[in-house]
Amino acid sequence: MRNALIEVFILGIALTGAPSRAQIDFTGEWAPIYHEDAPERGPGPELGDYLGFPLSEAGRLQADSWDAGRISVVSEYQCRPHASDYGIRGLGNLRISRVIDPATQDVVAFQSHMLAYDNERMIFLDGRPHPPENALHTFPGFSTGVWNGNMLTVTTTHLKTNYLQRNGIPRSDQATVTEHWTRHGDYLTIVAVIDDPVFLTEPLVRSTNWFLDPGQQIGVFGCETREEVPLPEGTVPHYLPGENPNLREFAERFGLPFEATRGGAETLYPEYRLRMGPYNPPEICEHYCACQGLFNCSLNFR
Amino acid sequence: MRRMLTAAMAGSLLAAGVVGAQEPSDAIQILPVQGNVYMLIGDGGNTLVQIGDDGFVAVDPQFEYNAPALIGAIRTLTDRPVRNVVVTHLHPDHLLGSAALIESGSGRVPAIPSIMAHENVLLRLAAMDSPPPVEVWPENTYFGRQRDFYMNGEAVILYHVPAAHTDGDSIVFFRKSDVIGTGDVFTPDRFPMIDIENGGSVEGYIDALNFILRLTVPARMQEGGTRVVPGHGRLSEEIEVVEYRNMLTIVRDRVQALIDDGLSLGEVVAARPARDYHAEYHGDREDWTTDMFVEAVYRSLSGE
Repeated sequence: MRNALIEVFILGIALTGAPSRAQIDFTGEWAPIYHEDAPERGPGPELGDYLGFPLSEAGRLQADSWDAGRISVVSEYQCRPHASDYGIRGLGNLRISRVIDPATQDVVAFQSHMLAYDNERMIFLDGRPHPPENALHTFPGFSTGVWNGNMLTVTTTHLKTNYLQRNGIPRSDQATVTEHWTRHGDYLTIVAVIDDPVFLTEPLVRSTNWFLDPGQQIGVFGCETREEVPLPEGTVPHYLPGENPNLREFAERFGLPFEATRGGAETLYPEYRLRMGPYNPPEICEHYCACQGLFNCSLNFR
Repeated sequence: MRRMLTAAMAGSLLAAGVVGAQEPSDAIQILPVQGNVYMLIGDGGNTLVQIGDDGFVAVDPQFEYNAPALIGAIRTLTDRPVRNVVVTHLHPDHLLGSAALIESGSGRVPAIPSIMAHENVLLRLAAMDSPPPVEVWPENTYFGRQRDFYMNGEAVILYHVPAAHTDGDSIVFFRKSDVIGTGDVFTPDRFPMIDIENGGSVEGYIDALNFILRLTVPARMQEGGTRVVPGHGRLSEEIEVVEYRNMLTIVRDRVQALIDDGLSLGEVVAARPARDYHAEYHGDREDWTTDMFVEAVYRSLSGE
């Protein structure tokens, strides 16, 4: 009888404790796998490459107006970090640790640190509400997580304005990001669904992968703002509508119809190939031809 | 088109009379900002309140009708008396609650509390055909580049930014708390409201935003550090002001290019030069649409 009571007690603890405790442990040092979208994530995307983005008219025009000189001339952009939704795509060496409530031993949050811009982020698991609408937005945003079986679903709001890709494709501060975190042995996968009512007409979905690397030592990123270009105060480099000379480069280099490179939901799905017109890849690849990882991507081959 | 913009401005200025008949709202939300400063959000926008042993300073006390709720909210923060009420410009959503706040004063203070503003606010109010009650007129004005005073252990500096939202705009800097109240020179929930009838201009507006950026210092990786409380919209930092300045500069350049090409006001509006910012800055607001904003930029640049 006594043993039965103890078993019931232990079972009770297990059942009542489970919902608030992490069911999968994500802690550790994680190294990014660049097998997806390596050119974009390493050396940087081509100007005018909007492939795969369900851009709204507003998103496309802001991207078209982008002048890469802005990240140098506008000094406040020099140390502007990746927001958490883009951060996992960038130089994404990642450390995850648990925050444990000493009184209950519950895991109340995951804390992450990433190499790029020394990004710190908290994902709260304790059921706290998101801040009010007029509260401060941040680059990590405000993230809460709930368990769906062994998958952690993370909802992030209160993001500062940032970018979906580093060629000027914007992401607004009205976006909500839903991430699904799963771990399979030594592999971590995060599938992010970005809803941006301003710059996207439908959610953008992308996945990113890491492998466990216990010996990894993340360095200090560091950043200081400097005057880099002697231009008048308040100069904002941009192209007037219709005057950006760089937008066709990508299409011409890879033999794609210009329309296909403009993004938009209508170009997003496989059916588009039926009406895209002929694809005429260049006979000799001259750019980003042998991307097998991060650092060989910038090599040009003939 | 010009008539539409003027009507919108008049609507804004007369709004107090219209909404004054409504039931007072008790929906004042309090957000701690930093140091001694709080942001109180209500129907009239954002009020800054700095508290301490000396008393409290309030910036932009919203409408008259929600003053009781505003005072009630302040009393949850401090029981000290009012010392100064700063009004960043003459629009009623920033001005009309000031008299009620002054009258709410209690306790002995070394100086009679006063309503502070740039002199152009007073001059504009005095020139109105139907001005608001004199009790809300600022009697403690300045006409130079700046005015400062010391309260609750920190310097409070009012900077005049000429010909921006109006010609009487003040930026309020709480130096130790490292908080800036911008009034309507920065309103991230809407396009810049360039009140040309009251001396505003697009160039002055951009200059004012650049001036704010000279004051702000982020703590680390473009976050933290100086906090910026807009006249309307959410609590911000330097980078939000950068984005806003960038947008206004880009739209200014686009409209100027269209003017240089010889387009008329109607043609410029039809070209939709701010269409990529329409959703971001809620250009479907009834009181300040994207087209009204573009028209104001056009008129400011063309002088028409």
